[in-house]
Amino acid sequence: MKTRVAYFGVFTALALIFSYVESLIPIQLGIPGVKLGLANLIIVITLYKMGIKEAYILSIVRIVLAGFMFGNLFAILYSLAGGILSLTIMCILKKTEQFSIYGISMAGGVFHNIGQLIMAAIVLESISIGYYFPVLLISGLVTGFVIGVVSNEMLKRLKKL
Amino acid sequence: MKKNDWILVAVILVLAGIGFLIYTNLGRQTAGIVKVTVDGELFGTYSLEKEQKIKINNSNQLYIKDGQADMIEANCPDQICVDHKEISKNKETIVCLPNKVIIEIVGGEHVEMDAVAN
Repeated sequence: MKTRVAYFGVFTALALIFSYVESLIPIQLGIPGVKLGLANLIIVITLYKMGIKEAYILSIVRIVLAGFMFGNLFAILYSLAGGILSLTIMCILKKTEQFSIYGISMAGGVFHNIGQLIMAAIVLESISIGYYFPVLLISGLVTGFVIGVVSNEMLKRLKKL
Repeated sequence: MKKNDWILVAVILVLAGIGFLIYTNLGRQTAGIVKVTVDGELFGTYSLEKEQKIKINNSNQLYIKDGQADMIEANCPDQICVDHKEISKNKETIVCLPNKVIIEIVGGEHVEMDAVAN
């Protein structure tokens, strides 16, 4: 139990560091809103290593803390919508045991974007931003795959945990 | 990668393709009116024909020139709407999330003629 608390602390710190690192790299792909989602790596690892409940707690703690430190209230709102939808989908897919970590991570990336898009549509009271939908699907797929590959490699090396 | 992963990828790609097709087809004809919405409420509509600068609630500034609308000023830190390329086609949008400003091109009477018709 003691080690679980310690690991949870380490994971939270890691997720926050990744959020910070990501806010430092302004990778402009010419498409606003597209980023790697490094923190999602930690969420995926937690989901596999610790469980669903821990992944949810970590996700929410990470978003609220990172939002206060590097973003604003809107950043928190959009991240929460994306994070919770994405994690819910990942949990469901993991439960079915029909998908590998790549598929789960890709679904997570895609639904993170969809969640944010839905939240944006609600906040702005407009559906014209649906224009972004295809772009966000593809970018979620690509970043999700990258995170899936890295997660897989990390899990191999974290066997002892 | 399992077989189901590939199915997932295929489904997402197909969805993205459908979405892309819908939007490129809707945006075919050029339009002539810029609609500005703030917090879900209509702020104003402006013609793309006339060169003009529009101040939106002291938070953003829109510049219309040569049939294109471009956000040139915003008081938010990220400046995503300012970095956005200028818009001119039907259904194209510039969104400023922090200020809840949406710039949208809506279908107008202005239809671009090709060289033969001219």
